[in-house]
Amino acid sequence: MTTSTPGTTPPLAPRPAATAKPRGVHHPGTPSVRSMLIKISLLAIVDSLAVFALFTLLLKESWVVFGIALAVTLAINYIYLKPGLLPAKYLAPGIFFLAIFQIFVVVYSGYIAFTNYGDGHNGSKEDAIESIIANARTRVPDSPTYRLTVLEQFGTFSFLVTTPEGEVFVGGEDRPLDEAPSARLDSTGKAIELDGYTTLDFGSLIQNQSVIADLSVPLTDDPNDGALRTPDGSSAYLYTSALEYDAEADAIVDTATGERFLDRGDGAFANEAGRELSPGWKIDVGFDNFARAFTEESIRGPLLGVIAWTFAFALLSVGMTFALGLFLAIVFNEARMRGRKFYRIVLILPYAFPSFLSGLVWLGLLNQDFGFVNQVVFGGAAIPWLTDPWLAKASVLIVNLWLGFPYMFLICTGALQSIPDELTEAARVDGARPWAIFRLIKFPLLLVSVAPLLISSFAFNFNNFNVIYMLTGGGPRNVSAGVDAGATDLLITLVYKVAFGSGTGRDYGLASAFAILIFIIVAVVSIIGFRRTRALEDLN
Amino acid sequence: MRVQSTPRALLSSVAVAAVGALALAGCSTGPETPQYSGTLTVWVDADRAAVLEDVAAQFQEERGVEVTLVQKDFGDIRDDFTTQVPTGEGPDIIVGAHDWLGKLVQNGVVAPLELGDKASEFQQVAINAMSYEGQNYGLPYSVENIALLRNTDLAPTAPTTFDELIAMGQASVDAGDSEYPFLVGLDPNAADPYHLYPLQASFGATVFEITPDGTYDPTKLALGVAGGEAFAQKLAEWGAMGVLNTNISGDIAKEEFNAGKSPFYLTGPWNVPAAAEAGINYSIDAIPSAGGETATPFVGVQGFYISSKSENALAANEFLVNYVGTEAVQTALYEVGGRAPALISAFEAAQGDADVAAFGAVGANGVPMPNVPAMDSVWADWGATEVAIINGQGDPVELWQAMVASIQSKIEG
Repeated sequence: MTTSTPGTTPPLAPRPAATAKPRGVHHPGTPSVRSMLIKISLLAIVDSLAVFALFTLLLKESWVVFGIALAVTLAINYIYLKPGLLPAKYLAPGIFFLAIFQIFVVVYSGYIAFTNYGDGHNGSKEDAIESIIANARTRVPDSPTYRLTVLEQFGTFSFLVTTPEGEVFVGGEDRPLDEAPSARLDSTGKAIELDGYTTLDFGSLIQNQSVIADLSVPLTDDPNDGALRTPDGSSAYLYTSALEYDAEADAIVDTATGERFLDRGDGAFANEAGRELSPGWKIDVGFDNFARAFTEESIRGPLLGVIAWTFAFALLSVGMTFALGLFLAIVFNEARMRGRKFYRIVLILPYAFPSFLSGLVWLGLLNQDFGFVNQVVFGGAAIPWLTDPWLAKASVLIVNLWLGFPYMFLICTGALQSIPDELTEAARVDGARPWAIFRLIKFPLLLVSVAPLLISSFAFNFNNFNVIYMLTGGGPRNVSAGVDAGATDLLITLVYKVAFGSGTGRDYGLASAFAILIFIIVAVVSIIGFRRTRALEDLN
Repeated sequence: MRVQSTPRALLSSVAVAAVGALALAGCSTGPETPQYSGTLTVWVDADRAAVLEDVAAQFQEERGVEVTLVQKDFGDIRDDFTTQVPTGEGPDIIVGAHDWLGKLVQNGVVAPLELGDKASEFQQVAINAMSYEGQNYGLPYSVENIALLRNTDLAPTAPTTFDELIAMGQASVDAGDSEYPFLVGLDPNAADPYHLYPLQASFGATVFEITPDGTYDPTKLALGVAGGEAFAQKLAEWGAMGVLNTNISGDIAKEEFNAGKSPFYLTGPWNVPAAAEAGINYSIDAIPSAGGETATPFVGVQGFYISSKSENALAANEFLVNYVGTEAVQTALYEVGGRAPALISAFEAAQGDADVAAFGAVGANGVPMPNVPAMDSVWADWGATEVAIINGQGDPVELWQAMVASIQSKIEG
């Protein structure tokens, strides 16, 4: 029964302590076998994943990502294998995930703002050309279905086709169809074999499908007669192409009219008249998206009104939720109140619901003819809560108040409880009345801890998409004014509409540009707010 | 120091072994292997996944190509497909609605699909829906449309015109049998142009002009014709009469009809099982004409698309045309989803179900919902304007013309 002397580590687990000792004391930098093994196995897992990723990247020839991945892998191995470097060992995982989940995302959406990425400009130029050509390839009307056998000879593929009349031809890429009377037929009269060639079974067909699907066998020497292609490897159809790509001139040519569609730097092939072929491709457009944000009529028209309403919504939301939350916090902070815990739990409930769910519930409650509010509270009145422009504004504010006050209640309760009772007592002894105690002592102290949260709450409400989108969808819209924005549209929902919804298509570039602009607005407001808060702290 | 060098040597040998193993693994899947090692990836929603599992297994057994079914939320498929195809990481095949097609083509993510002689085995409307600018892109599996659901206890006979329907409904309300003369689910901010379209079409106002081959010409907006204005005036009239009420949402309309509070309900097959369950004696009727011409509903088609960057083009084509496009699979898809099959033979086999037959009869004259990319902007303006007209917020003809001008400018964009 040995008892440890006070001040020393009780030897509860003697063995690990014993093995740990040499590491820390005798041989600095020489790890124990077990921790070394754990380290190596963890590193092995990381490295095996990295090697796998590097192989994949290598095969895909994405060199930039390959280089980054290689550098990161080497850095991780260096950091964890080299003795010392303790700060790096602690910081590396955090920095790694920060880079992936934060920095990359922010930089990438920043980059998107300078491209025309969106509907119609979705991929690379090569993909666009491929799509344009493929989509313009149409089957010759009323042309027959050719029964097909794919043959192989010295690594090149040929089509052995049987016409509905039973004639047999063979041909390949740039080798127009030629009669092949010597081919062997099966019982249905379909040609299946030809001397000197190997017939491909379905398995080999599938193995080489990317080549075979691209195979285009001219019908005759005249390219205008079209070419045979196969969608499935067992039948071939005659196609003509309305458009062709001229690689030298980098132009798409209309085979019928000879009209040329050139790459005019807008990320699409366009003719003289400006008609663009779809799809286009993604290009960098510089500050075009930012310019559009201020010049395009569909955005600029409603922009000022929407910005004003967004500020009003955010400020009123913060102000109202804070006022109500603070009031309730003071009431329920009163020790004489019975059942405080129960009330507090009930008050937190709105905070526990997902806001889009609450939005839907309120949508039902506020229905003009069927909603609980009109039917029960107002005795069957037909108040257009969500369809009158001003009432809709009031409604979203009220619903947001309901959603937001529990948060304010929580933080105010916490802040109030952290204010020492001695201060209140001292003030009372000095003869201060409750209102003066609150106004002059509690409230300023409260603000010190709550003000930063009010600023973040402002930023949150500035972009409070859920409430608006679920409750009114930005509406009601004044259709006779020809404006796309509705009465309750915030900047963020307007951007959503322009960039994703009811505009002419998705425009990720414009949306990212707006996101940056909104970020700037919120950042400026927050910086000013935090400056003021710091002044508040100095006061104390 | 010796302690330190050992793990390092160990590590390097582990690394060498790992690289070697990977290299070996790479060799074993080299070109000599007879079996195709690639897999066909298909994105499907939950209902479709269950059906496709069987046919996928059959395909693998007979064709030696593995089919991986990835279950996704139907609403996410279009956007995820559009963003992932250009990266080369997208699936080979997706399930989708026909009105996505314009956007998919605009983004260059979908490949043309040659149905060959098989095309004639599908309903023409389904083939038209899956076509865009004269090219077919998808294998359809279902067609569906709305029709008039009638409570036979409240309205024993089917109305022939919409005015007659209103009169019958009003009589039922006056007699105290029902609360609403007519029900259709609308949205307070966006109405529902899809559900109101048959009434509009009966005035001769389609969305775009329809070319002789049954497809839309997206450059020629047809909403602004005289019939469109007549429809707008009627909308205002019906709104004032209370026949249309934008506060009756889809859920409310369904609930009230199932409670036996209205003789008529304009809806699709998706709401019929609930009505039957609620014990309503119903009949599925043609939508009565309001403007003199046939009230043709929009037909919605669902089907499968192949990615433009699929490296398994032949296998994907084979799987869709010769496996999913068979009567057995189309019937199985119908039995799970309740949507009428697009394949004619499967559709005819499904006629034994009176509801399917009745909806099919109504949809026989239907036109596919437009699949042009500009539809997003059309829906938004169209719906908001219908709300304003129904609620009497301005002169109906002026509002309608303002809408036509707005849509026109967006299409010309």
